[in-house]
Amino acid sequence: MTSTFVGMPKFPVAAREALANTQLRSNLAHATATIRDKRARVVAEVDNWEELRLSGAAIKDAALASLDQHLVRLEARLTAAGAEVRWARDADEACTIVAEVAQRHGIDEVVKVKSMVTQEIGLNEALQEQGISAWETDLAELIVQLGDDLPSHILVPAIHRNRAEILEIFQRRMQGLASPEELTDDPAVLAGAAREHLRQKFLTARMAVSGANFAVAETGTLVVVESEGNGRMCLTLPEVLVSVVGIEKVVPTWEDLDVFLRLLPRSSTGERMNPYTSTWTGVTPGDGPQEVVVVLLDNGRTRALADQVGRQALRCIRCSACLNSCPVYERVGGHAYGSVYPGPIGAILNPLLKGVGVDEQVDSLPYASSLCGACFEVCPVRIDIPSVLVDLRAQVVDAHRAKRWGGVPSMQTVAMKGAAATFRSGRRLRLAERFARLGTGIAARVGARAWTGSRDLPRAPRESFRAWWRRTDGGTR
Amino acid sequence: MSARDEILDRVRAALGAVSTSSTTFGHPAGSSPDDVVALFAERVADYQATVVRCPPDELEAALRDALPAGRIVVPDALSVSVPHAVTDDRLTPFELDACAAVVTDCAVGIAETGTIVLDHGPGQGRRAITLVPDVHICIVRADQVVADVPDAMPRLAPAVRQGRPLTWISGPSATSDIELSRVEGVHGPRTLVVLLVG
Ligand code: SF4
Repeated sequence: MTSTFVGMPKFPVAAREALANTQLRSNLAHATATIRDKRARVVAEVDNWEELRLSGAAIKDAALASLDQHLVRLEARLTAAGAEVRWARDADEACTIVAEVAQRHGIDEVVKVKSMVTQEIGLNEALQEQGISAWETDLAELIVQLGDDLPSHILVPAIHRNRAEILEIFQRRMQGLASPEELTDDPAVLAGAAREHLRQKFLTARMAVSGANFAVAETGTLVVVESEGNGRMCLTLPEVLVSVVGIEKVVPTWEDLDVFLRLLPRSSTGERMNPYTSTWTGVTPGDGPQEVVVVLLDNGRTRALADQVGRQALRCIRCSACLNSCPVYERVGGHAYGSVYPGPIGAILNPLLKGVGVDEQVDSLPYASSLCGACFEVCPVRIDIPSVLVDLRAQVVDAHRAKRWGGVPSMQTVAMKGAAATFRSGRRLRLAERFARLGTGIAARVGARAWTGSRDLPRAPRESFRAWWRRTDGGTR
Repeated sequence: MSARDEILDRVRAALGAVSTSSTTFGHPAGSSPDDVVALFAERVADYQATVVRCPPDELEAALRDALPAGRIVVPDALSVSVPHAVTDDRLTPFELDACAAVVTDCAVGIAETGTIVLDHGPGQGRRAITLVPDVHICIVRADQVVADVPDAMPRLAPAVRQGRPLTWISGPSATSDIELSRVEGVHGPRTLVVLLVG
């Protein structure tokens, strides 16, 4: 069973521990550098990439601006296509619905397509409590599940593991392989082992649980984007399919999907197109699951929608480009964020979904950034993460001040501790100096409300001390 | 209050607090290569799929060469005849697993991304038959190939509006989950052969 993030320490504490783990840092540096290069190459092929980003952002904004109408339409189309539509206010309601569907068929085992939302609601653990086993079928999810580990990346939850570690986990935990002694750390061999391990499960599974990358309101069509074919297996072979879909996944029309099918694969795996994309509309007679349930989930999304600055986070298509480009993420990894949504998007999405001033761990996340702006640059739907971070910092400060028990100083301490972790090496300090200039610019533009209420934000000098020292040879020139 | 009504109420309340600007947006054009069919062949091959280009009268020979030994499954109304093939008649997953290959037509080919789209109409069969067998041989006709994703959407819209599922295929099954390098061959067909006709 996968562990959970409950009781995670605050970001600076977790980050410091992660920084001390050199294996983790080298795994991450290697993986994120690889994916950054791939992304840059395929994005450069598209002449009008910027136009595509603008269009993607505009379509999502339009969808959110009339979200109620689109949801009602989506529900009507799905129902007309033979699906059962359920609504869930929060994680518990969603998990209960999924468990009920399994129970009414006497099913005690489900196969799962990788989905962020089912991790968000802790579905596997909730099903386990009801005596229902959930089998993750995505390779990286499988690595996490078999290793009793936590996901650390949106796209590749086991990004913190290298091939040698994966081999070790498979040797220890993977059952039913015909010749386990032939396992090696060759990625092709490891992928082959996953195929063998899950084949029987796919062929006999009676129920699958998925999320959806997009939900087309106009047609009632759900879309899953994947690579391995485990998604297709889950969406096609079982009798019963339950899809948990965040209400922000809506796109208005079929034609709107075009833009996202161009933006997502290039931003996420750095491919022109991912190997498999499945779309389905309720029940297709004689093809695939004949019982289709769609759970429309809120779980804090309407809270985020009400946040004037933060609502743009609901445009997120979970590509993970912002994680791969983030200097903080690259150094501390995903676990330090204490959530299934790590990295820059996690630093804003968690407080937006859960609210600030409730949980110290969540409140520490908006400080997990140097505000360098790399995340905004790469985001396919142009989410201005630095601006949202600055606004959330102000909200955190406000919330703590309102509590009147010395909240403000404590949050400053949190921020400073985070800085300490980031600045530990000379290279990081060099980066941080560069970012500081960008950062105060952004903060000044957006206006860090509560913070600047009591003090002025110092302007970072145009040239850092170290740059000046280098240029002038220690002040002698 | 039902969860449905409460969520819709929350959405309306959240939107009420925000000025809803009416954003207008266009769909940016896709790429427009000189030779769409040649680009398609090149891009499909980029994914480690096998591409065989042949004139219509050589299709059957090309198909014979591509077929592996073993049981072959085909959907109803396939555009070519495959000797000794079994026509899918609600074969179970295990029966499909015992098939060496499947041969199908397709709905659309997309050059820019090297993608084949099945709309599971005649000649393409239900989704399971192109999923479980380890080899997928797909026949793509030159006039089915479009330049880029935006050109494919209107061609696929009628099938979607009829409620049919789609499967977009770009190369054989693959994963990037181990150190983010792409490895071909996981759960879907490990071999994809595209017979490009015309
Ligand atoms: S915030 Fe943008 S870059 Fe980050 S995962 Fe979401 S869509 Fe991708």
